[in-house]
Amino acid sequence: MATATATTSSAVPATAFLRRQGANGGANRSLRWARNQHQRWSPRRSGAAVITAKFDLKPPPYPQDALEPHMSQNTMSFHWGKHHRAYVDNLNKQIVGTELQGKSLEDVMIRTYNKGDLLPPFNNAAQVWNHDFFWDSMKPGGGGKPSGELLKAIERDFGSFEKFSEEFRSAAATQFGSGWAWLVYTVNPRPSDGKELLVLKTPNAVNPLVLGYTALLTIDVWEHAYYLDYQNRRPDYISIFMEKLVSWDAVSAKLEVAKSRVA
Amino acid sequence: MALRTIVSRKTLAALGSGLRAEARLAASRGLVTFSLPDLPYDYGALEPAISAEIMQLHHQKHHQTYVTNYNKALEQLEDAMAKGDALAVVKLQSAIKFNGGGHINHSIFWKNLSPIREGGGEPPKGSLGWAIDTDLGSMEALVQRMNAEGAALQGSGWVWLGLDKDFKKLVVETTANQDPLVTKGANLVPLIGIDVWEHAYYLQYKNVKPDYLKNIWKVINWKYASEVYEKECH
Repeated sequence: MATATATTSSAVPATAFLRRQGANGGANRSLRWARNQHQRWSPRRSGAAVITAKFDLKPPPYPQDALEPHMSQNTMSFHWGKHHRAYVDNLNKQIVGTELQGKSLEDVMIRTYNKGDLLPPFNNAAQVWNHDFFWDSMKPGGGGKPSGELLKAIERDFGSFEKFSEEFRSAAATQFGSGWAWLVYTVNPRPSDGKELLVLKTPNAVNPLVLGYTALLTIDVWEHAYYLDYQNRRPDYISIFMEKLVSWDAVSAKLEVAKSRVA
Repeated sequence: MALRTIVSRKTLAALGSGLRAEARLAASRGLVTFSLPDLPYDYGALEPAISAEIMQLHHQKHHQTYVTNYNKALEQLEDAMAKGDALAVVKLQSAIKFNGGGHINHSIFWKNLSPIREGGGEPPKGSLGWAIDTDLGSMEALVQRMNAEGAALQGSGWVWLGLDKDFKKLVVETTANQDPLVTKGANLVPLIGIDVWEHAYYLQYKNVKPDYLKNIWKVINWKYASEVYEKECH
């Protein structure tokens, strides 16, 4: 079994890995479509199945201007159209011809996390995953409070929704430098207090998946996520995210999936 | 332009006097606190390399916040030390590194920059220019290396031209977040630091960090770097 060797250059020597994946040599269709979009993402057309060994830039599940005025279209055009796209493109370049090509994104992430001794593709792989997750964490007309099982679980583990909200906002505000704040579900309740839901904050590209948790909700606190709309005012951005953007439906669905796996 | 100068100076003076009052109070208890240093040029003086909007936010908001939070952390530290609370002292270390580092790094950064009409961008003459050629190949090689390392830095941090004062050699280094250069080596003296946190360039250059790095060299203050170098290498 080939072991991935850590290199400092972006080109990974093919000799370091076992075999080449047979790959579709043609351009990835969804990337080509997404290149010239302004008002809308370019949705993937259904058509002949194309076997591709590359990762796609997935569009968020709403139009680019749908989160206005809380998260501007201007921000979305850069955040999704430039930052997220670059992570996808650079990841594909990094893994082509290596044993990572053809593996799932989660697989690539966990392998390159390498128990904390990060390998070069980790940053791109994890950031692709994190941003996919981030767009899903929001919706037009979002915010408000969760309901049903999710609300019960939050009240059980945090005391109240307000206390959870306070802890989540604080984590997002105090993650120094670049990073993310998360609500996660842990399959093994925390021994000290039996909690299944936890708030975490992570630096740069690190996410709960590589730490062994199930992610339910995230907020991006890299400066590029909020600087155009809020400049240095990260706390304002966090407040608006909680009040106007969070998709509790998405969070509930993720909790349900997580619990059904355990049952 | 002149009006903006007056307004900005007044604001700075107000900030300064407010902080000086705090400093006096704290000093009476023996604690030295810090204040936001004035910029040696107007916010718009580095255009078009760095916009006035960025300079103002960067100085008045970001750097000021580091100063404010550093002072807060130092007060809490003094308290914890007086109480002999070892755990509290240790827990405060990250806040001190973040905010103290932020204050230190940005104080250097403002001196690393200078308007073109005041010599910004002019390559160093004298011993530093010579050392760059000897230790790093050439000015072009230095710029290319710092730009490459700055572009490759993931997350937030700084890229530095430093002097190893033990070996009297120039080095290029990066640090994460607000870690000062000494965290990479106790004998390293910062000559030029380039802030590659997104707040340093985003409003103007957006995601195109390489363009920011290409343009900042037009306003790099080599006079200051030379002074620091010559002081260490006399």
